[in-house]
Amino acid sequence: MVIFEVIRSKQPIPLQDQTVRDEKGRYKRFHGAFSGGFSAGYFNTVGSKEGWTPSTFVSSRQNRADKSVLGPEDFMDEEDLSEFGIAPKAIVTTDDFASKTKDRIREKARQLAAATAPIPGATLLDDLITPAKLSVGFELLRKMGWKEGQGVGPRVKRRPRRQKPDPGVKIYGCALPPGSSEGSEGEDDDYLPDNVTFAPKDVTPVDFTPKDNVHGLAYKGLDPHQALFGTSGEHFNLFGGGSERAGDLGEIGLNKGRKLGISGQAFGVGALEEEDDDIYATETLSKYDTVLKDEEPGDGLYGWTAPRQYKNQKESEKDLRYIGKILDGFSLASKPLSSKKSYPPPELPRDYRPVHYFRPMVATTSENSHLLQVLSESAGKATPDPGTHSKHQLNASKRAELLGETPIQGSATSVLEFLSQKDKERIKEMKQATDLKAAQLKARSLAQNAQSSRAQPSPAAASGHCSWHMALGGGTATLKASNFKPFAKDPEKQKRYEEFLVHMKQGQKDALERCLDPSMTEWERGRERDEFARAALLYASSHSTLSSRFTHAKEEDDSDQVEVPRDQENDVGDKQSAVKMKMFGKLTRDTFEWHPDKLLCKRFNVPDPYPDSTLVGLPRVKRDKYSVFNFLTLPETASLPTTQAPREKVSQHRGPDKSRKPSRWDTSKQEKKEDSISEFLSLARSKAGPPKQESNPLVNKEEERAPESSTNQTVNKGVDAQAEGEGSRPSMDLFRAIFASSSDEKSSSSEDEQGDSEDDQAGSGEANFPSSQDTDLGETSSVAHALVPAPREPPPSIPIQKMQIDEKEEFGPRLPPVFCPNARQTLEVPQKEKHKKNKDKHKAKKEHRRKKEKKKKHRKHKHKGKQKNKKPEKSSSSESSDSSDSQSDEETADVSPQELLRRLKSLPLRRQ
Amino acid sequence: MAFPEPKPRPPELPQKRLKTLDCGQGAVRAVRFNVDGNYCLTCGSDKTLKLWNPLRGTLLRTYSGHGYEVLDAAGSFDNSSLCSGGGDKAVVLWDVASGQVVRKFRGHAGKVNTVQFNEEATVILSGSIDSSIRCWDCRSRRPEPVQTLDEARDGVSSVKVSDHEVLTGSVDGRMRRYDLRMGQLFSDYVGSECGRRCETGREDGGPARGTPASLTYPSLLQGPITCTCFSRDGQCTLVSSLDSTLRLLDKDTGELLGEYKGHKNQEYKLDCCLSERDTHVVSCSEDGKVFFWDLVEGALALALPVGHGVVQSLAYHPTEPCLLTAMGGSVQCWREETYEAEDGAG
Repeated sequence: MVIFEVIRSKQPIPLQDQTVRDEKGRYKRFHGAFSGGFSAGYFNTVGSKEGWTPSTFVSSRQNRADKSVLGPEDFMDEEDLSEFGIAPKAIVTTDDFASKTKDRIREKARQLAAATAPIPGATLLDDLITPAKLSVGFELLRKMGWKEGQGVGPRVKRRPRRQKPDPGVKIYGCALPPGSSEGSEGEDDDYLPDNVTFAPKDVTPVDFTPKDNVHGLAYKGLDPHQALFGTSGEHFNLFGGGSERAGDLGEIGLNKGRKLGISGQAFGVGALEEEDDDIYATETLSKYDTVLKDEEPGDGLYGWTAPRQYKNQKESEKDLRYIGKILDGFSLASKPLSSKKSYPPPELPRDYRPVHYFRPMVATTSENSHLLQVLSESAGKATPDPGTHSKHQLNASKRAELLGETPIQGSATSVLEFLSQKDKERIKEMKQATDLKAAQLKARSLAQNAQSSRAQPSPAAASGHCSWHMALGGGTATLKASNFKPFAKDPEKQKRYEEFLVHMKQGQKDALERCLDPSMTEWERGRERDEFARAALLYASSHSTLSSRFTHAKEEDDSDQVEVPRDQENDVGDKQSAVKMKMFGKLTRDTFEWHPDKLLCKRFNVPDPYPDSTLVGLPRVKRDKYSVFNFLTLPETASLPTTQAPREKVSQHRGPDKSRKPSRWDTSKQEKKEDSISEFLSLARSKAGPPKQESNPLVNKEEERAPESSTNQTVNKGVDAQAEGEGSRPSMDLFRAIFASSSDEKSSSSEDEQGDSEDDQAGSGEANFPSSQDTDLGETSSVAHALVPAPREPPPSIPIQKMQIDEKEEFGPRLPPVFCPNARQTLEVPQKEKHKKNKDKHKAKKEHRRKKEKKKKHRKHKHKGKQKNKKPEKSSSSESSDSSDSQSDEETADVSPQELLRRLKSLPLRRQ
Repeated sequence: MAFPEPKPRPPELPQKRLKTLDCGQGAVRAVRFNVDGNYCLTCGSDKTLKLWNPLRGTLLRTYSGHGYEVLDAAGSFDNSSLCSGGGDKAVVLWDVASGQVVRKFRGHAGKVNTVQFNEEATVILSGSIDSSIRCWDCRSRRPEPVQTLDEARDGVSSVKVSDHEVLTGSVDGRMRRYDLRMGQLFSDYVGSECGRRCETGREDGGPARGTPASLTYPSLLQGPITCTCFSRDGQCTLVSSLDSTLRLLDKDTGELLGEYKGHKNQEYKLDCCLSERDTHVVSCSEDGKVFFWDLVEGALALALPVGHGVVQSLAYHPTEPCLLTAMGGSVQCWREETYEAEDGAG
């Protein structure tokens, strides 16, 4: 391939193959030699679809008059006439109407801007260049008699007041005596004629230039006047009477005579100049005032005929004091600012040291006052003399004593006052003794602490003792031999420990030695000593620090109370009958107050119905856990489900007789009559199998509990049905239910059962058929519903029962059977063959197939879907029965014999 | 193409099998429409939850993460999340789009029978066999429920939620309605403690000693509640119990408005519901049919044969006469006779 190409490239490309393409690979065509190459314009034409066409000749002979004179525009390009071209055709105000130069107002603003601009004097150049033209407005005004420098409006009849020249910012040398000029002014006023009117004052325009910099409000950079023209002092006043307002920007325009230019050393001297010194200082007339009058004050905005501004003389006086520029719109305050009062920090005593140290805090109880003493002594304070109590240590009675009042006899304020004199004395003695001892110990231990850490208690018994004696000194004072039992496991030891504590409290030094068991070895003693000491320490510290943070539990955990819902769904029996009579409504409905959680309300966007309650759920009340009454009420409420059911049955059995007086004997007889088949079955089974009682403990328990619940019920009802059968005494079950533990029940259940059945025998003369039959049935039924809930137990045992329930057992309606997908897949292969064969639809085979595979059927349904749907109801029903058959076959594993029997019976019928 | 004959009854019932979805996830424990009825969820016994387009029969996504069979599922109002509960005692919150588990709420002591979102999908209510309903907060990270409604004395088989009410059905034969706005609990006794319970209860040697219940009172027994639901107008509640009876109760007073019988429901937990315009009562049956009763008259309107097994679950489209039934491992989609698939999807 490569070689081929190489060979090819060597050959010259023939002319017809030579192509020119642009960068995108498109062909370009030549347009001959004149056009110079490649296509241009509109589809290789020039400018238009038709290309360049010469304009046809039109004779101008007839319409010669129409021939217009061509202007330069006719020869200009379009873009020249556009907005940015050389002759834009947009509408612009001409210079005639743009009153630029002579508009002083604008001028001023511009100057203001120029002054504050970064390059000062930039507008000066403009002023030089722009031609002097007056706007139309100016000319109109002038024609109306307006003169420059005057305000617009009717003339004012007011005498112009000469104002004392404003001193402005700069006053060099000495100021004028204030009074003199005023006096002269006063004289001037006199000879002003009354009929003279004056033009109104011109108004200074508000400067609307936005402030686009970050300078301060009245910030001026370098003063352009000073920089450019030197100080305003250069303008020397011949008459010396007034001075201009220096620094006022309005001045600029007026000072025409001034040199406009840059002066300074940096610019050097021009070649033509002879002198270095004052080359720019040309003497002009404008430097001199030509009038023998005070110059017009201020900014020159006033025409000379304009009325003077009336200014308060005082104000100017005040302004005099203020050095600096007063901002536009601001004036000096008349009242000086009241300075803030400052409060100096307190003076420190001379010997004050700025270091704080904490004194150990000890509550002042009578018992540890000695400790306080010691502490205060160590702190270098004088102990308060008991005679001169500080006022905080006085109590009411002491104060009364001091005041010489007679103590109130009637009420004793303290327990101590009830003690006899002797006891009091004894207590006092004891207290004193302990106080003394403790104080001594404290002092000593403190000393010891200072010299040696108490980490080595063992070597010197004395020092060791001291350390914990000390430690316990305060803490044990409040010791009670109460809660803290570190050696509770070893009662002997605990006893010794308590003894030790007592000794400790009494301040006996050899407390340990005394209480230790003399029979112990030295090592044991040593150990125990350590243990006790540590325990005591621990207790002391924990007692003091922790006890303050914890309170005793208000109720103990093992209290005999349980929380029970306040309202309970009441008797199901009534409801059942109501349901049977289809009287739904009030009879079957219970309404409770129910408190939803606040958050739940929030999530449901529902206002909390009980905004003030903290309760959640049903209101609850406390009841005694083990109270007999609690038991008695329970069956009616919690246990209703189970206990009610049998009774229900009973009532039903009795048929028309609706009176509710369940008597076991009657019902059992009746029941017996009714189910002969089951009896027969159970008989047969009981003969065949081993005794069921032992085999099924659960059932046993059931049996054993049922009477209990039933008796409960009867007790509740006040109908003593049981008593009739068993005598006046309530059955053992009741007692057992109340007093016996569950383990007890279990162990005795079989005998109990025996007894029960014997009872039965004795009572009614019936054999133990019913019971055995009963259990049998229980079995069968439980088998029949293998996946189905475990029997419900009476209420007290509900939690236990729940625990015992097998994992496989379920509550409630069970789920339809699961077919195993794996099994289905294994069966898939053989079935396909069958599917092919079974075109003839043998019923047996069909069934067979169904038995194995349900899903397959669906597929078949699909195949013949339409057909089947159109089949009459009859066939479908037969099919469904078939299916139930097949289904049941599937379930053979967990089908009860009973069920089988039933099917057996029904089978021939169906075949027909 | 013949013009479809006008139906005698104006409200049409779904009786044309439109589609059969072979879900391939073991037994379908429950089938549920999403909020607008365009999609459906199937809960499989193989621990998966699947999202389908039932009309087209396309599988959209499989959600796996349960530790045991999934028993119920529900979709949120905005179709952004799903919740499901199953035999692993867990309630799972799913993200629809990503298929990931967002939260797993553990706390139930037994299988979770039923789950529901509240209106804004901020709370999941789950009813379990441990006889409690737990309200899980989807917003906070709290692992424990906001509130536990443990008034039921037996397993909770059904939970339905309206904007301010929680309707629960329990195996103890009571239907409880928690009204959050009023702060009250209405407990309606519907079925006696019966069914199998009675049979076993009879073993206890009480007054009913020696009577095989299954032979004696099969017809008299009333059963635990298997399913409850609100009517669409929110005025009535429909209760089905294991005595093969559905009852329509007035929500406010608890009075019986109608009773619907004829189907078979004695063993299994089957669903019931009302049709899209509350005209009919619909229920699964153990004999492989779906029963339609006229709501007012109580007369059987249609027994729709689905198959040979038990119709385990059903779901009714919120606005159209469209029904989903679950039998075995497949889900059937039913439409009215006059229905024509819009885009050839049928």
